[in-house]
This record gives sequence, C-alpha cells and structure tokens, in this order.
Amino acid sequence: MFGGASNLAEGVDKAFVFIFTISFIFIIGLTLLMIYILIRYRRSKVKEAMQFSGSIKLEILWTIIPLILVLFMFYYGWVGFAPMREVPDDAMRIRTIGRMWEWEFDYGQGKLSKVLVIPVNKPIRLDLVSEDVNHSLFIPAFRVKEDVVPGYDNWLWFTPLYTGEYEIMCTEYCGLLHYDMVTRARVVEQDEFEEWLENLEATGLVPDHPGLAVLKKNGCMACHSLDGAKLVGPTFKNLYNSQKTVLVGREESVILADDDYIKRAIYQPNDEIVKGYSRGLMNSYEKLITPAEIQLIIEYLKTLNGE
Amino acid sequence: MSKNEKYSHESYLEYQGKYKGIWGWLFSTDHKRIGLLYLYSIAFFFVVAAILGLLIRIELIAPGPTIMDAQTYNGLFTVHGIIMIFIVVIPGLGAVFGNFFLPIMIGAKDVAFPRLNLLSWYIFILGAILAVASQFAGGGAPDTGWTFYVPYSSTSSTNVIFALTAAFILGFSSILTGINFIVTIHRLRAPGMGWFKMPLFPWSLYATAWIQVLATPIVGITLLMVIAERVLQIGFFDPALGGDPLLFQHLFWIYSHPAVYIMILPAMGVVTEIFPTFSQKPVFGYGAIVISSIAIAAVGYFVWGHHMFTTGISYWSRWFFSFLTFIVAIPSAIKVFNWISTMYGGSIDLKTPLLYAISFIFLFMIGGFTGLTLGALATNVHLHDTSFVVAHFHYIIFGGMGFAFFAGIHYWYPKMYGRMYNIKLANIAWGVLFTGFNVLYFPLFIIGIQGMPRRYFDYLEQFHTGHFISTIGAIILIIGIFMMLFNLIYYRHRGAVAPSNPWKGVTLEWQIESPPTHENFEEIPEIKTPPYLFKKES
Repeated sequence: MFGGASNLAEGVDKAFVFIFTISFIFIIGLTLLMIYILIRYRRSKVKEAMQFSGSIKLEILWTIIPLILVLFMFYYGWVGFAPMREVPDDAMRIRTIGRMWEWEFDYGQGKLSKVLVIPVNKPIRLDLVSEDVNHSLFIPAFRVKEDVVPGYDNWLWFTPLYTGEYEIMCTEYCGLLHYDMVTRARVVEQDEFEEWLENLEATGLVPDHPGLAVLKKNGCMACHSLDGAKLVGPTFKNLYNSQKTVLVGREESVILADDDYIKRAIYQPNDEIVKGYSRGLMNSYEKLITPAEIQLIIEYLKTLNGE
Repeated sequence: MSKNEKYSHESYLEYQGKYKGIWGWLFSTDHKRIGLLYLYSIAFFFVVAAILGLLIRIELIAPGPTIMDAQTYNGLFTVHGIIMIFIVVIPGLGAVFGNFFLPIMIGAKDVAFPRLNLLSWYIFILGAILAVASQFAGGGAPDTGWTFYVPYSSTSSTNVIFALTAAFILGFSSILTGINFIVTIHRLRAPGMGWFKMPLFPWSLYATAWIQVLATPIVGITLLMVIAERVLQIGFFDPALGGDPLLFQHLFWIYSHPAVYIMILPAMGVVTEIFPTFSQKPVFGYGAIVISSIAIAAVGYFVWGHHMFTTGISYWSRWFFSFLTFIVAIPSAIKVFNWISTMYGGSIDLKTPLLYAISFIFLFMIGGFTGLTLGALATNVHLHDTSFVVAHFHYIIFGGMGFAFFAGIHYWYPKMYGRMYNIKLANIAWGVLFTGFNVLYFPLFIIGIQGMPRRYFDYLEQFHTGHFISTIGAIILIIGIFMMLFNLIYYRHRGAVAPSNPWKGVTLEWQIESPPTHENFEEIPEIKTPPYLFKKES
C-alpha cells in the first residue's frame, strides 16, 4: 500500500498515517464510550435519569481540542502537498495528451508513445493536454494526480525512485470507455531510457493522410479502430466497398458500404446501424465534416483495404 | 389495548375536507397529508434507485462485463445518482418529516403557505417523472454522472437535456419549501416559544431552509447555461466554443457542496430529537447545537473548492479551501460530543429509533473522519475521484441522512399512523441493514486507497476481492431494506394501536393525539418552559 515509489509519496503517506491514527483513536474511543453508556445507563438498571443539560467548560474543551487536531491535520496535508507544486527547473518535460480514451506521451521531435517510459531518479514534469473532455492522470504508486482540462495548462511532476512498472489511470469520468483509459509508466535506468528513446519511431513527423487527419480531428478513432479491433463502432479496416448487414429500424438488410453509404453513415449515423452495434451512440457530423472532407476520408479508407 | 380497537378521535387520516377519497389527498393542503405524499413518492424513488445501485454492484462483482455493457453501466450510475441526490436525499427529511412535524413541534396548525406547499409537491413530482423518463426516452439514459461535468455533458449524445431540466425543476420545489419553512418558523411559533425555546429539529430545518433558498438558484442557472450551450451553441463552459470548463465546476459546487448540508443538517436534527427522548434527559448543550447548525450552514458555503483540488486551481485557493474544510469539521464534532453526553447519565431505552440514531453517530463518524483525509491537500491528491470518495459520501449521505431517516420513521411512525410496527422485526431489520451497509461500503475505502478509480465499469485484478465483498454487502443491505419496508407497510393497518406518547417524549408532537387531528391542536398551546424538560416543575 505505501510503496513510496516517488519522492512525493513520503509526504503524502505521513499525512495519511497522522490523520488515520487520530481518526482511528477517536472512532474507537467514542464508539466504546457510547457502548459503555448504553450498558451502564440502560433503563432496566437506571430508572431515574439525571437532569443536567450542558456545560460551558466541556463545550469549550471539545471545541478547542478538535480544532487543534484538525489544524495539525491541515498542516500535514499542506506540507505533503507543497512540494508537488515546486517543480525543479531541470525536470524533463513530457507533453501528455489525454483523449477519449487513451493516453499519449510526446517526447518531442515527433516521438510519440502510448506508454510512459521514464528514467529513474530524474524529475519528470508531465504537461497535461486534453484534446476533448476532462480527464485526470493518476499514478497511484507515485501519489500524483492532476486533471487534464481542455484549455488549461495543467501539469504535475515527480521523481521516480525505483525502476519498475506502475499503473496510470484516468480518474475523471470521460464517457464510454473511461474505465479502459489505462496505461503504464515504465521506470528504467538512464541508459536504457536513452536507448529506448533513440529507437522510438518518430511517427508524429510523418504527415498524416489528409483523410486520417479529418478522422483524428473529429475523434473518430475513439470508437472506430483502424486495425480491425472491435470497439464501440465498426472498424474502418476493410470497410470500404464491403457487404454489411444493417438494421433500418428493426428491418435487416444487406448494403454495400460505398461512397454514398459512408456519407449517410456520417450524416445520419442512426438510420442504418451495422448489426451488432448500438444505436444512439453517435451524433450526426453534418455540421462538422464537409462533403469534401468526406471524400478525403473515403480516399483514406481505400488505403485500409486488403492489407 | 387490543389490536382491533381504534382510536376514538377523528384524525387527519379520516378527515373529510372538500374532496373525497384519493382527491382528498391529491388536493389536500394539510401539511401532514403532504408530508405523507412526499414520504410515499420518495420511498418509491428510493427503492428504484437502490435497485439501480444493486445492479451496479452486481456488475462489479467480477472484472470484465458481468450483466451489462459499459454504456448501460454509465447510464445506471448517472440515473442512480440523479434520483438519489435530487429526488431522495435533498428533499428527503425536510419534505417528509419537516412538513409533518415542523408545524406541530412549534405549535402551529399548518405551514405558512399550505397551497404553495402542495404546489411544491407537484413540482417535485414533475421533476421526478422527467428524471425517470430521461432514462428511457430518445438517445438513451444520460451518461454524464450526476455532476454533469462539461465539456462531456455538452457533447454526449444521450438524454442530458432531460436530466438537466429535471434537476432544474426539482430545484424550484426545494426553494419553495425552503421559503415556506422560513416564514413558518418566523411567524407561526406558538405564543411564548422564543427562538431558544424552539426544539432542535425545527432549528436544523431553519438553517437548512436558508441554504435551500440561497444556494439552489445558482445550480438552477448553471444547468440552464448547459442547456443553452447544448441547444444554442453558446460557449459558457465548452472550450471548443470558447468557454471555461472550470467555471462550470465552480458554479456547480457552489450549490452542490452546501447541498450536502441540506441533506445532513435535518438528519442531525432528527437524531437530536431521539437522544433526549430515549434517555429521558434534556438535550446536552442546546445552545452549542443551535450555534453549530448555523455555523455549518454559514461556513459550508465557502468550502466548495475541495471538490476541485486536482483541477488545476491556484496554489492558494487550494490552501484556503483545505483550511476552511477543516474548520467546518468542528461544528459536526461538537454535535457528536453533545449527542453522546445527552445519553450519559440517562435512563436509556434501546428501542429501534435509538438503534438507528446511535448507528447514525457511528457511520457519520467514519464518514466524517475519512472526510478529513479528503480535506487534507496531500492525501486528497491520492484519493480524489477514487472509490474512497464513493465510500466516504455513502457513509455521510446514506449512513448519515439515510439512517437518520430510518431513525425518524421508526420514531414518529406511531404518531403518524396511530399504529405500532413490530419492534422485534424492526430491530432485526436494523441489524441486517447495518451489517450490509458496512460490508458494502467499507471495502471501497480500502480499494480506494489502493488506487481504484470511481465510475469504472471494469477494473484491474488487484481490486477484485474488495469489489466482491462489497457486492455481497449490497445484497445483505437490500434484504435489510426490504425487511424494514415490509415491517412498516404490513403493520400500518395491523399493528397495535399506539398511545399518543409511546416513547414518553416531551416535545409538542407527543402532547397531541396519535394520529393528530386535522388541525393538530384544539387550542394553540402556550409555551412557558424550555423544550426538553423531562421533570415536572416543582
């Protein structure tokens, strides 16, 4: 539980221990006191209740003592938190992109990775960018979390202390596959990191097919895969000019996924639903994608056939 | 007294007004009948949302899809949240017991505006129906979570507008009830009942009513802004339209944090009535309890930022919101100490209402203390949006407000219906409920600390044990709920006739018939003594 895999973990865990200890003592103590009172003053034994109704001294006492205790708790919380906002100047900066429903780490020069690979014992600063809705980057082992809010330059930092693999999860609800917006942080030795970065393909530098760019801009790949994987919607692989069984209302029919169908599927996505997929998950993109852009998409889909 | 014997007076249940039968209820302006209308509608929605909650838990019994797909799951936790928060918990105690007992406890014949009171119920029902309809109509159940965070809520293709409108309408019901209670308390107290001779449940309703009146309009306008954003594409919150997503969160929590106190203050008020009665002893620290209610209502306005510690708000706003969060913990602590001291030295009769009331203290303490780790900045970073938060607020809202509601219904049931439920069965149901509750929610603390995020349809293997135990707890809990409901429904007509003062209470509601007459008091009483005086003055 208290692995302490980053420099920030100790401060957080100290606050945990302090607050939990005091809480535990109070909860147990007051519960035992309550049980004692219930037994000691049960009606079968005590017929006549005492008739007192207050004590200023006690009220002051149990205002002051809890006040002091909670101020200590606040202080521990603050002290553990303060270093999270004091990032060293030499921290390695990694642009971190959250989109529905994946993480992407941008190491510069077009080098993109879906897994966060970082060198051990080096301060890392993640600059959080959202491409659509709110997300939140959470690495439990490092005790760090910060929301990824569109339009805000949020960031977090930490220094990983041990090599190993750690979970990264999205903790701000972001829609259908929120639970699947999970990846890993791999902490490695400095030289291993350098080697990995060296060999990382600079996929970000190759300009996208103009049709793919349209798909990316509209977030289509959140639901439609390019590699044949079944997501929320049908895959784009081998889609163009294929036979599809669709449901119109409840009627089944077989259609050809030609230019015209693809246009209909983008503008009236709920009229003809490919069998096995749900209605109502996709909005019409009539106002967002122009007919010319659809033509680009179709050209791109053609490249996904027969690989 | 035999079981079939009936009370001899004409109670509000038999009273014939202008309308007969069901219309005598639907058009009644009697605060007691309206209280019961609320009770039945809220109980119905509670059961619906509890079953939705059970389905969520069953889905989470094992990793991977179990009984539903992700979209259904997201819709379920959203509608569970909307119904529980806006329809059950926020109106709950105030609308049911506040309506029924506020006028009686201050020696009035009705609330200040009886017709407005009935209108509030109709508005409530309209909003409630709309909220449930949102689950079925059009694009499918809303899937934004009850918090409606923008930009997701401005882009989701589901029925978000329905749900937002429902919450907006329910807000009006809340505001109108608040106004009604404030005026009632100011104007209709019995002669001689000064502010500090008023019982503590009315006091808690008074503090709550001010939050309802002052805070609810903010969420109303915020929800309208989201609708405007979706329909008219005006960029308030969505950065794609030039808006600010954090502005939404600020506006939302400026209401929704005080809303937590709308839920919990009346709950504190209910148990404050129960401890003196079952200990036969004046409440300990009357003044301290009044002041702490007002302090909670006041300071509660300034802590909303603790819902946003990880959103990127500035360093010093995090500092201040954390600091004030710890300050607002103090009045709650003071109340706990006073309740326990009220029992100390008493002659304690451990009947069902007191069982619920002491378990309220226990669960509320766990909820409160775990709230401290959420209020501290360092620990919040780790726990924010994990299942630790889910456990924390269920301990506060269900363990607090819910158990106080159960305490209240078992306390006032004989007064409301003139019949007594089966006390043995009620105690057993309490035991099942209490056990199920802890088995359900406690494991969520643990997996939360381990890093289990909330609102996850699927999870990693290391969280399996915790989720499994939790689901078992949910099943136990639902059994307890149905046992309790059965008891209350079955003995409504079959229970022994209840005397007018079965618990030997001293507040005004115990000085009139069970069930009360249409006008509560034949003669408005004159108040000469403080509210919790158990020994006759010599």
